[in-house]
Amino acid sequence: MISLPAPKPEILARRETILADLRRLLPADAVIGEEIRMKPYETDGLAAYRQMPLAVTLPRTTEEVAQVLRYCHANGIRVVPRGAGTSLAGGALPLADAVVVGLMRMNRIKEINLDDRYAVVEAGVTNIGITKAVEGDGFFYAPDPSSQLACMIGGNVMMNSGGAHCLKYGVTANNLLGVTFVTIEGEVLEIGGNHLDAAGYDWLGLITGSEGQLGMVTDVTVRILRGPEGARAMLAAFDSVEVAGAAVDAIIGSGIIPVALEFMDKPCIHACEAFAHAGYPLDAEAMLIIEVEGSNAEQDMLLGKIRDICARFNPISMKLAESAEQSLAIWKGRKGAFGAVGRISPDYLCMDGTIPTGELPHVLKRIGEMSTQYGLGVANVFHAGDGNLHPLIMFDANDPVSFRKAEEFGADILKLCVEVGGCLTGEHGVGVEKRDLMTAQFTTRELDLQRAIKTAFDADWLLNTAKVFPLADNPKLAA
Amino acid sequence: MSLLLPETEEALAAEIARAHAAREPLGIEGRGTKRAMLRPVQAARTLSTRNLTGITLYRPTELMIRARAGTPIPEIEAALAENNQQIIAEPPDLSAMFGASEAATLGGVVSTNLSGPRRIMWGAMRDHVLGIRAVTGEGEVFRSGGRVLKNVTGLDLCKLLTGAHGTLGVLTEVTLKVLPRAEATGTLAIRVPDAARGVAALSAALGSPYGVSGAALLMDGHAPMGLTGTVALARIEDFRESVTYRMGKLREELAELGEATLLDTAASHSLWRAVRDAEPLGATPDEAIWRISVAPSAAPRAVIALRAAFDAKLLLDWGGGLIWVAGPATEHAHGAVMQAAAGGRGSFTLFRAPASLAATVPVLPEEPPPLAAIARRVKATLDPHGLLNPGRMRA
Repeated sequence: MISLPAPKPEILARRETILADLRRLLPADAVIGEEIRMKPYETDGLAAYRQMPLAVTLPRTTEEVAQVLRYCHANGIRVVPRGAGTSLAGGALPLADAVVVGLMRMNRIKEINLDDRYAVVEAGVTNIGITKAVEGDGFFYAPDPSSQLACMIGGNVMMNSGGAHCLKYGVTANNLLGVTFVTIEGEVLEIGGNHLDAAGYDWLGLITGSEGQLGMVTDVTVRILRGPEGARAMLAAFDSVEVAGAAVDAIIGSGIIPVALEFMDKPCIHACEAFAHAGYPLDAEAMLIIEVEGSNAEQDMLLGKIRDICARFNPISMKLAESAEQSLAIWKGRKGAFGAVGRISPDYLCMDGTIPTGELPHVLKRIGEMSTQYGLGVANVFHAGDGNLHPLIMFDANDPVSFRKAEEFGADILKLCVEVGGCLTGEHGVGVEKRDLMTAQFTTRELDLQRAIKTAFDADWLLNTAKVFPLADNPKLAA
Repeated sequence: MSLLLPETEEALAAEIARAHAAREPLGIEGRGTKRAMLRPVQAARTLSTRNLTGITLYRPTELMIRARAGTPIPEIEAALAENNQQIIAEPPDLSAMFGASEAATLGGVVSTNLSGPRRIMWGAMRDHVLGIRAVTGEGEVFRSGGRVLKNVTGLDLCKLLTGAHGTLGVLTEVTLKVLPRAEATGTLAIRVPDAARGVAALSAALGSPYGVSGAALLMDGHAPMGLTGTVALARIEDFRESVTYRMGKLREELAELGEATLLDTAASHSLWRAVRDAEPLGATPDEAIWRISVAPSAAPRAVIALRAAFDAKLLLDWGGGLIWVAGPATEHAHGAVMQAAAGGRGSFTLFRAPASLAATVPVLPEEPPPLAAIARRVKATLDPHGLLNPGRMRA
């Protein structure tokens, strides 16, 4: 279990005063103090952890966000920024002495400029909401985390979210032009703008993926792209993980960059097939879903090239979609992978390490051994082009022993990812979940350096305290 | 000026630690090819990474290459070319612009975050820095990022140091994401009457579904390759069949915008190399060079304002969003550039100028006071005594 820092007793004692002050600063409906109404905010996508906050605020404007932060800063109150609360790493988990600042009411699209290919949206606009606003004109917002129906762009910026299509289009950081940034002192800063590569230090790059450690983002200027003429997927199944990995290497080596290249292992194929009836080959040890873009003729050409490459690796079966509908059918199982695993196990932990792709066979073999050792099932989905691995560890949250084992199993997988040259998290973020594993990837001095950068923005460590950095050896969090 | 030439990261760190102990400022450079960029550095001694060379890890199927900071760019490009791969951001070779006799280093290109035409589709240099090793102003080695394509573990110091011109730490090793080189390249060159209609043509090309990977505007009188007048250029890089198909479609869809010519792979390569290196700008050695970054639709007005203010030579890239400007190295011209950038809600860089101008004007936009305060604290974290490249970015 992950521990949280002791709440500051003087803050808890002043709860009623703080609530009254916040109600003076913000419209009456923007401050929530009743326990029953704060319930939805006590957890996020890492639902095993719950903590009721001191208060919840739901500002509607940048100025209201600035007011809350200014007040909290002046009074030494911790702040937990929140978007949709979909973090799988506990990035939005409250603290007992913290004010949650939720941005879900900041959900306006402020500007769409197709000529210059950008959109300015408030932080509470959902990821899919941006694409919905521009798809009528043939445009889209590229990063597509699987939570995209719910997750909000402000959270995407803070976690530097990825998705299945980042092999071609990059992650959030690669698709941003600017943000409106509010410091803990309540200063409002425009970082970047509606143009590429502002001169000076790359504050936008540093803020992106900073998990609420440096400040809050209220408006976001994203790049929007014209969509391709079309896209189509194929499926290729192999009788070993090694062979499927070699096929991935051969595809990348051929000069083709598929827009998506997904890998599923046998347990995952079985779970998805039982759930989605997508027609996945049940005798396969590993399966690839490969998607290409372009006109119909171009799709045929690229899928033909990929089929010829896969054919050299004795596939058990291959299926090329001949229509958009068939493509959707191929994706159906993959897109439902998490739900599928949820159906065969009461609970699961979704891990998110990245590995050098060449290490895949070794890593999957080790994960298999750990699965036996811990007595817990695991299904693996993998963004094979970029090395981002998502092992889904199955456990029972009602059984504390099972939960503890699942957490240990997950930690062992992530340490393995680091050991083979990868990292703890590819797209979900560190949050509370992987906070104490940071020492596996960074030296104490490296962590000190990152902590000092945080201190440069947030001297009192009020912002999203107890996330990202290990709790131990942190003088800023001494009780 | 004495030059320190450490051959290992350890020796480099020791030099900086000594300088730190003695409170001695250091110029930081690779091969010094862009020494005249931004502001002159105030330091008696210079630390160069030119002897920290060599590719240390290259995994073509993992789309990554790692090399020591002093490795010359051509050496990296040659290794990548053997596997039909390339540096994604297409960094310019500015040796002609800066009168350098050598090629730039990896560390120099990353420290200056220089990206070429492909930036418009595939991202900037900083978007492809997967990992760094660097040394702080106290002589301490640290890493950020790693070698994998997706990594959100901890604060992203790679991006902070990319484009920091050596003022927040000295890069000793850089890991880059790389991509396959396209089989073929095609260019559609459209004669347009003026900058406004040129930028509109580029926007139309970039708003098409054909994956345009270069969108530049050659202004009157500087067009290479036998192209005269104001010419909008749209590039497509892909498999041969796709380039043929897509160029055809693009030509058809943009037919009304002006008389169009198609350029083949060989002609495209030399044309875009010239655009990448800002050759069509036609700057003379005594002229100052600026870069302005704005939303493309703000570019035409900036062009008019600049031409009204002084005898501005111009070249537009990134769909019109990057304006290269050359002109007299005067405060008057600099003021006009700053105004044009501000008028377009954009950003500017005094890229190359004699010290007499560069030392007296802001070469980058000023940061608002609260951000400047954060910048000072971040700088104090990484370089507490302000010894690394003092004066390079700001006075």
